[in-house]
Amino acid sequence: MRQRKISHRRWILIWRNRNKKQWKGLLFLIPSLLGTGGFVFLPFLDVIRRSFFRASGTGFVGLANYEAVLGNEAFCMAVKNTARFLCICLPLLLGLSLLTAVLAGQVLRVSGLLKSGFLIPMAVPAASAVVFFRLMFDKNGWVNGALQAFGMEGQDWLNSENAFAVLIACYVWKNLGYDMVLWMAGLSSIPKEQYEAARVQGAGELQCFLYITLPQLKETAFVTALLSFVNGFRVFREAYLIAGDYPHESIYMLQHLFNNWFTNLDIQKMTAAAVMLVIVTGGVLLGNDICTEHFRRREEGTEESGKRREAGRKAKRKRAEITKG
Amino acid sequence: MLVRTVVTVLLVLMVFPLFVLVTDSFLGSREILERFGPVLAGTEGQAEFVLFPQYPTLRAYVQLLLDSPEFFTAFWNSVFQTGMILAGQLIVAVPGAWAFARYRFPGRRAMWFLYMLLMILPFQVTMVSGYFVLSAVHLMDTHWAVILPGIFSTLPVFILKKTFSAIPREILEAAEVDGAGELRIFLLIGIPLGRSGIFSIMILGFLEYWNAIEQPMTFLRTESLMPLSLYLPDISTSDAAVSFAASIVMLLPALLLFFFGQEYLEQGIAASGIKE
Repeated sequence: MRQRKISHRRWILIWRNRNKKQWKGLLFLIPSLLGTGGFVFLPFLDVIRRSFFRASGTGFVGLANYEAVLGNEAFCMAVKNTARFLCICLPLLLGLSLLTAVLAGQVLRVSGLLKSGFLIPMAVPAASAVVFFRLMFDKNGWVNGALQAFGMEGQDWLNSENAFAVLIACYVWKNLGYDMVLWMAGLSSIPKEQYEAARVQGAGELQCFLYITLPQLKETAFVTALLSFVNGFRVFREAYLIAGDYPHESIYMLQHLFNNWFTNLDIQKMTAAAVMLVIVTGGVLLGNDICTEHFRRREEGTEESGKRREAGRKAKRKRAEITKG
Repeated sequence: MLVRTVVTVLLVLMVFPLFVLVTDSFLGSREILERFGPVLAGTEGQAEFVLFPQYPTLRAYVQLLLDSPEFFTAFWNSVFQTGMILAGQLIVAVPGAWAFARYRFPGRRAMWFLYMLLMILPFQVTMVSGYFVLSAVHLMDTHWAVILPGIFSTLPVFILKKTFSAIPREILEAAEVDGAGELRIFLLIGIPLGRSGIFSIMILGFLEYWNAIEQPMTFLRTESLMPLSLYLPDISTSDAAVSFAASIVMLLPALLLFFFGQEYLEQGIAASGIKE
């Protein structure tokens, strides 16, 4: 009994020390925390406050700013376009890059060269890439030239609905390599033995992919989707350099809108829209967080119960052996 | 065989724009005006497709590098802004990522969530709060207006945390048993073992800030502070050859860095894609 007490106390001591160590870890974070706190988090509180006030910062107006934003035609269009862009280009890029990663994995010998070839578009600055895209898709550009050579009618690609497609092509071109490398890393972490075992039992390529590869790529898929999402907002650069502040309606994104509000010093609209965007993105992220946590728990749970079952079976076998003996 | 063909075709498509840009940058002024005039300078007719220039020349480069002082200013602005941001990120983001990867301090989960949120939000959303602070401390329209918010970007923290988490616990515990302090462990074990991740955030950071458009566009007004990425589109279209050469000069540092650091870049990206 006495001994037990001592060990109990010792555990508390270790726990306390552990906590002290963990607090020390916070020291490493302080520079970063000061910066993000000072530049983003604290001023964002001010953004929230201002979103309920008149432009001068005085005079409470309730939700008027929010109503103004939601009733704004340009805002609705920009939200629609941004959502449409992300909904099309994210699945497209993720699927295409996964396919390329799987294919490239089969062409083993040249995969080093392959990777650099696919990654190179990342290194091309928007200002340079745009020169190429203009030569290609301008009214007098190469694509139209080629079409006319075949007797077809060209069109003004960048100043029509097609600008949207050009922008998607640009996004896929730029990010395919990055995502491919991410997928390849995920693919290479799957043990080869699993495929061999499955093939021995007569599984085909497709079955291997569906039942071995895909389930084990969940974590990679999350990270890849997240980073592609972040990069999705960056196409604004190409869009801006090609078409300026007011591009064709089909590619008028939230980023354009914010910029134009900023130039017109339309601060109330900006603050209200920023708050709404943060709430929506935060909500999505939080939902995702809760879901993954839930799945992880469940998986761990099944694993644990599996282990218990296994242990139970072993014990049974042992007992049987003993009774036999 | 089919697979190989598909992959090769894709590869050619990926490299094609770069290839065209580089070979065409040796076009002479007249040739460029003749061929690309309809697109770049608004002359009549149709742009021609050229794979290799008929009369290759370095004229445009000479003109750009010797006769355009604004180009030099813009180039050095880019170098300064990018360099300072990267240096700052080394000091701020590396220890930050270490803290998230190795310690379980109170409030860690909430803070990590905020960092992720900050990473995802487009610049235009955080720009509002940045603008309030920068104008409050009178830093608007200076180099620092671009540099300071850049330093505290949370994307490098996110990427590096994965690399640091992959360091085997046993090594760190062994060092602890040997009596190394927390700082020593970070400096002598964390940094050397997380090398590839650190190089990779530096390269990714360079590509990002060399290419910066949104930040300087909103936080800078003075022409002489503008980085290359914003100066380029402004080059008068009357001299298409020079503007073409300028876009290549901008591309070069990024390409060089890419080729020298490619291995680290790949490792760093790959590290963020693997399970913890």
